[in-house]
Amino acid sequence: MGWALLLAKRAAIGAMIGIAVSDELVSLARMQGSSMEPTLVAGKSLMEGDVLLLDKFPGHDFGFSRGDVVVLRSPHEPQYWMVKRLIAVEGDMLRVPGKRELVQVPKGRCWVEGDNANVSLDSRNMGPIPMALLKARVTRVVWPLERFGRVESILPTGRIVAHGERPIR
Amino acid sequence: MLWKSLSDVAGRGAAIVQCVCFMDVFSNHVLQIQQCIGPSMLPTFNIRGDILVTERLSVKLGKIRVGDVVMARSPSDPRMVVCKRILGLEGDTITVASDKGGSTKVKIPKGHVWLQGDNFHKSRDSREYGPVPSALLQGRVFYRIWPPQGWGFVGRIPSQSV
Repeated sequence: MGWALLLAKRAAIGAMIGIAVSDELVSLARMQGSSMEPTLVAGKSLMEGDVLLLDKFPGHDFGFSRGDVVVLRSPHEPQYWMVKRLIAVEGDMLRVPGKRELVQVPKGRCWVEGDNANVSLDSRNMGPIPMALLKARVTRVVWPLERFGRVESILPTGRIVAHGERPIR
Repeated sequence: MLWKSLSDVAGRGAAIVQCVCFMDVFSNHVLQIQQCIGPSMLPTFNIRGDILVTERLSVKLGKIRVGDVVMARSPSDPRMVVCKRILGLEGDTITVASDKGGSTKVKIPKGHVWLQGDNFHKSRDSREYGPVPSALLQGRVFYRIWPPQGWGFVGRIPSQSV
């Protein structure tokens, strides 16, 4: 009986450390949906699609940068997650295709868009969203090996007309 | 001799790491102890800071009800956690009294809730920042452990001050 208990204890400790690391430091996730193509590619099931390395550090003090690819909780469907690119932060004045007026991002909010503009549902549909929804930054694709590499932080040019207090790097 | 000391240190280090991980996982996923400071939840909670126990499960399971007191990340400042009462769930229509008399009706969109402090006059809440995505809710406040005369469950209606 002794060894089973020891195994259970070791498994529980391992799981606990794993959860803590995954919550606070780094974790892996499988891409779903086509809203970030061609940057990130999903498969038809949970067994296919890019495997992403997520950095949880920016989620602690919300030190995300414009251009980062971020993972966030969906504002309208809280049980789902979204992967989008952070385009603008609070205070920024933003040009939105299809709209004549500029949009100013209110305090505490941000503007996110999917790279695949044709299919992505994002801030262009639902407006600025609270930055507190952002939980992680996608740093790399780790699988499949042909697509292994860094996910670059790229800010599309010409979108931000004036910025808030945070300078553009 | 040196090897024994190193393995002692490693043993203690491992114990500390396990402790920190346990506290992190427990407070993020089970129970958290937090303080609610400020006038926005008077008379239910005091200005100078009541100490509350928040449970994480109800939010994770989507079992939040109107009247629950919750901790949530503020939509206007991601670094701030606010303590408010849920006055409406998705699909509900809230009637907001405006300062100049009269009122407006707000329908709460899918996935959102209406947060309001018990202190009608001194609370910044959904009346200012609109319905809040329920993904911002951290947990349900269910017990108060300070001040001592306020020990007890936190109910779904505003209570008298202690």
